[in-house]
Amino acid sequence: MTAPHEPFAGFDRTRAAGPGGAGWAEPAAGVRAWVRDLLLGARFAAGGGREGWTRTVLTAVGVALGVALLLLASAVPAMMDARDQRRVARDTLSSGEAVQPGASTFLLAETNTTYHGKDITGVLLHPEGPAAEPPPGLAAMPPAGRMVVSPALKKLLASSPLLRERIPYEITGTIGKAGLMGPADLYYYAGSDQLVAYGAGQAGGNAERETRFGAHSNSEVLGAVFNLLLVMVLVVLLLPVAVFVATAVRLGGERRDRRLAALRLVGADIRMTRRVAAGEALFGALFGLLLGAAFFLIARQFASHITIRDISAFPSDLTPSPALTVLIAVAVPVAAVAVTMLSLRATVIEPLGVFRQGVGQRRKLWWRLLVPAAGLALLIPLFGSVQGDARTNQYQIATGTVLLLVGVTAVLPWLVESVVGRLRGGPVAWQLATRRLQLNSNASARMVSGVTVAVAGAIALQMLFGAVSADFVYDTGADPARAQILIAASTTSSEETAHDIRQLAGTKGVRQVIGYLQSQATQPDAASRGGSVSDSAYLPVNVGDCASLRELAAIGADCEPGSTFLVPPSHGVGVEESLQYLEPGHRIDLNVGYGDRYSGTPVLWTIPAGTRTVAGRVDPSGSREWGILATPEAIDSNRLFDARSQIMVAVDDREPEAVEYVRNTAAGFGVTTYTRSISGTSAKASYTQLRRGLFAGATLTMVLIGASLLVSMLEQLRDRRKLLAVLVAFGTKRSALAWSVLWQTTIPVVLGLVLACAGGVGLGAALLAMVGSPFHMDWGGMATMAAIGSAVVLGVTLLSLPPLWRLMRPDGLHTE
Amino acid sequence: MTAAPEPLLVATDLRKAYGPTPALDGAELTVRAGEVVAVMGPSGSGKSTLLHCLAGIVTPDSGDVRYRGQQMSLMSDGERSALRRTDFGFVFQFGQLVPELTCLENVAMPLRLAGRRRKDAEALAATWLERLEVTDLAGKRPGEVSGGQGQRVAVARALVGAPRVVFADEPTGALDSLNGERVMRLLTDAAHDTGAAVVLVTHEPRVAAYSDREIVVRDGKSRDMERAA
Amino acid sequence: MSIGHTLLGLLESGPRHGYDLKRAFDERFGHDRPLAYGQVYSTMARLLKNGLVEVDGIEPGGGPERKRYAITDAGVTDVESWLAQPEKPEPYLQTTLYTKVVLALLTGRPAADLLDSQRAEHLRLMRELTRRKSGGDLADQLICDHALFHLEADLRWLELTAARLDQLAAEVTR
Ligand SMILES: Nc1ncnc2c1ncn2[C@@H]1O[C@H](COP(=O)(O)OP(=O)(O)OP(=O)(O)O)[C@@H](O)[C@H]1O
Ligand SMILES: [Mg+2]
Repeated sequence: MTAPHEPFAGFDRTRAAGPGGAGWAEPAAGVRAWVRDLLLGARFAAGGGREGWTRTVLTAVGVALGVALLLLASAVPAMMDARDQRRVARDTLSSGEAVQPGASTFLLAETNTTYHGKDITGVLLHPEGPAAEPPPGLAAMPPAGRMVVSPALKKLLASSPLLRERIPYEITGTIGKAGLMGPADLYYYAGSDQLVAYGAGQAGGNAERETRFGAHSNSEVLGAVFNLLLVMVLVVLLLPVAVFVATAVRLGGERRDRRLAALRLVGADIRMTRRVAAGEALFGALFGLLLGAAFFLIARQFASHITIRDISAFPSDLTPSPALTVLIAVAVPVAAVAVTMLSLRATVIEPLGVFRQGVGQRRKLWWRLLVPAAGLALLIPLFGSVQGDARTNQYQIATGTVLLLVGVTAVLPWLVESVVGRLRGGPVAWQLATRRLQLNSNASARMVSGVTVAVAGAIALQMLFGAVSADFVYDTGADPARAQILIAASTTSSEETAHDIRQLAGTKGVRQVIGYLQSQATQPDAASRGGSVSDSAYLPVNVGDCASLRELAAIGADCEPGSTFLVPPSHGVGVEESLQYLEPGHRIDLNVGYGDRYSGTPVLWTIPAGTRTVAGRVDPSGSREWGILATPEAIDSNRLFDARSQIMVAVDDREPEAVEYVRNTAAGFGVTTYTRSISGTSAKASYTQLRRGLFAGATLTMVLIGASLLVSMLEQLRDRRKLLAVLVAFGTKRSALAWSVLWQTTIPVVLGLVLACAGGVGLGAALLAMVGSPFHMDWGGMATMAAIGSAVVLGVTLLSLPPLWRLMRPDGLHTE
Repeated sequence: MTAAPEPLLVATDLRKAYGPTPALDGAELTVRAGEVVAVMGPSGSGKSTLLHCLAGIVTPDSGDVRYRGQQMSLMSDGERSALRRTDFGFVFQFGQLVPELTCLENVAMPLRLAGRRRKDAEALAATWLERLEVTDLAGKRPGEVSGGQGQRVAVARALVGAPRVVFADEPTGALDSLNGERVMRLLTDAAHDTGAAVVLVTHEPRVAAYSDREIVVRDGKSRDMERAA
Repeated sequence: MSIGHTLLGLLESGPRHGYDLKRAFDERFGHDRPLAYGQVYSTMARLLKNGLVEVDGIEPGGGPERKRYAITDAGVTDVESWLAQPEKPEPYLQTTLYTKVVLALLTGRPAADLLDSQRAEHLRLMRELTRRKSGGDLADQLICDHALFHLEADLRWLELTAARLDQLAAEVTR
């Protein structure tokens, strides 16, 4: 500047002018200044009386919840890994090799049951030598008639006499942690002297011979679609958490701005105020970080008591990886400061107060639309490419999805502002609410952005799940109305089956029991023909009474002991060779023999002349039998090769425990008996896990968002307590104020949900296009998610009413 | 009247408009070291705006303010902030204290911002609280003290940094006449002792009577009443 | 209040008969106390003698009430300096001040200046009293305060009048 020096020359326009010799220029922003300002910020966060504390605690709790969830999420891969390792370690699947009995071999049979919908796994063991190694978590092989149970099963058995009846072994100990996937595992190892090894190529036997546990492990191949689902679930669950943390850090922003303005007045420059604000945010974030770690540790201790959708974990399993922990510990405070700086950028803090930049100037839509557009641009090249085993770029998918969802939150403030700007008139409550929203719709838009993201993501995921479920869920074709339980036993006879059926029929709550023997036969010259058994004809044989056979084929009323029927297969593919033997009068060989080559002596049987050919029928379990159907009188079941029984039980709906009684009865049928419920669909296990994971996560996220809403709502109320007190003091009805608070949340929430639905459907459509499915609206899912979102908001509003009532006492007038 | 020493603050032909309404329309003012200047005038005439322009809080649209020869509009925000820290003090009607800090901490704040250690700053602040007869408020927060007490704390804060100019905008606006006069006595006496000039915006003639000189602002134009007489 | 100056001021807008002068005075300033004829004639006689007015003409018929007066240059100067001279601040000044303001408005002089200088005069005295107060004992303080409150009332009135000057001008010159 060219200083045109004024009359008062001789006056030193100087540095050494100010008191303390500081001069006009600011003191060098050295370490001391930084420390001072950061500490001052911390002082604001920590001090400031009850009010200040409350705000800081709210922020910290918000950050803490986010941190705890992040830690939990970062512990999940390790947890899943640990679970998987232990699952593999105790795996009972046969290696398939023939093992000779030895000092370290043992016999093993798995016997599973279900009790009140809980799956219980039992492993029967019989050591064949002194060196047989016990399964993980056990010190020794249980002796016959004794069992070692998981702690959860022990508790369950103690409280359920009905189940105890089914698993009657004497309990001698509990399975150690090494042998359990989680604390809620229902598992037992029992010693049994009933086990007979499957002979290699020999009939009979009911147990595998093994040398150790975990000899073999399986893993399902899931493919690109599964990976897409996984990525989506992670994004949809973690994004709201991020939004939530950002919201928590901004709590009390208005008050903070006013406070900073007061500091500006006494000479703080812009950089100082930034540092003070950073100190404040850091304090809240660090406090939240500690609190979050504490939350996490506490939650970890409770983890063993909580089973979310069948997944339980040991506290020690929930150990976040060190790298992720460090990342969280650094990223959360950094993010807190970054968000604070960002929010400060939009406001000009002047000594006289706070000005929002662009006051009066409407928000621009175009750049907000750029964000989702960029996301879509990332996803479009992938359309139709996520199929089968194709390799997909998961980062591209994740980035695209995140941008699309973040785009929804970016558009939200614009939408709220433009809609709210058009509202006028109405009753007092409505007017108060809309005017308040018009003044600053930012806070409300921010408040609901978490819900919006969560709901949009969930809607998209629902659509995706709906579309791809066909890939993972199979229609079993079963008709649960005809029978509810299937009991199968191997190596049995007509007599045994008849006995079982009688026992079942006499069980409480059973309405109807049908049952038949399944076996197979082959062409009469199979023995002399040589070659592989699989090259010979395959002819199923089913033996049962008329009532049972009626469930397998349309034999009509014309059936009496001694009848036989022929049923053609529903599709002839691959069995044409066999069909020539399915003729009345034709001889067939009832002995097939184990193993690759024919073994044993032929057991020839002639299909009686005059045997009727009838149409097949889907049985209650969903399978369609064909071949020879015969009553026990027509064929001696002892001549059948490796007969297996299939018993189907229909129970009386009015007896709630009927299914359990049936299982108990069936448990007495021997080691080889297998019982399962008949259901219309069956799902691939991993898919089920993922779906469960999603629901578990969504539940947590919704709770978290509810908490965040409540926190910011309380914050808003606190901020306006003076105004509320004034309104009450001059006679505004409290109900009107309550309504205005309700409207104030409802309007942005409704807008948020509308946007969430639009965004969710958009993202869902993109995802469907990626997996190559036709567009399909899941109205039900959308309505559910929107309803859940509104329910959360409504609940939060109700919870905030008592504090509102307290705040509205006129004595609120005095407080600063 | 005191013999005129060299002016500290000179404002010439200040113009400032908020939207279409002019708040200042050619106002001018000179403040000399150690004098108390009362600024009076109707509501909305631009008194506060003038004060804020003088203090460098608001930048006028045109015209300039020189503080000891330096043009304020050419200073950076940092330099102007530094001025507020070291050379200026402020007393407003209310709301200028930081509610989160205790009264003592509030008074010590300008010193701390100027780089003083906390101990020194708070010790000096305590002597000012004593001088303004509010020692017992040191540990309380602004929310817990009365308007008059808060105003004295504000005066202490305005003066603690030994400023050259104290800007007071209706410092007694919320006080009864007795308390208002006490605050004015304390303010003018202390300012007199430290040689600080005071620019005092007020509606109350009895408060203005503590001044050495009067300026009246009407419709954004200032009028020096000494020349009118 | 100076009736002489007031009548002089009224003459500034043009020559008038004595009777007209009384009517104009009563209309504007004599709300509760009309001017007596005798007072008009004795005052005019004094002004004539001092050369501030002159007789502009006499209506036929004779008698003092027929005389028409006009203001002289000296008269105008006299009015001018009277208006510009602030009154000594004391309680119950408003009748004088009001008259001055109205006359200033009537004669097209800057009434705002008049008010401002009066205001400055008031404030000067208030400062004086405030200074005295801070040095004196309680009795002094109370006495000073009494005066200060009265002066403040006047000053407020001056402020108010200044704010409504335009309105008043419109009414006076209607
Ligand atoms: N931030 C602002 N935005 C818009 N207009 C403003 C702003 N600040 C002041 N004004 C306008 O400028 C004019 C002068 O305001 P100012 O505050 O200086 O008046 P004042 O003389 O201090 O009044 P009071 O005695 O009531 O405090 C007013 O018309 C006011 O409406
Ligand atoms: Mg003002």
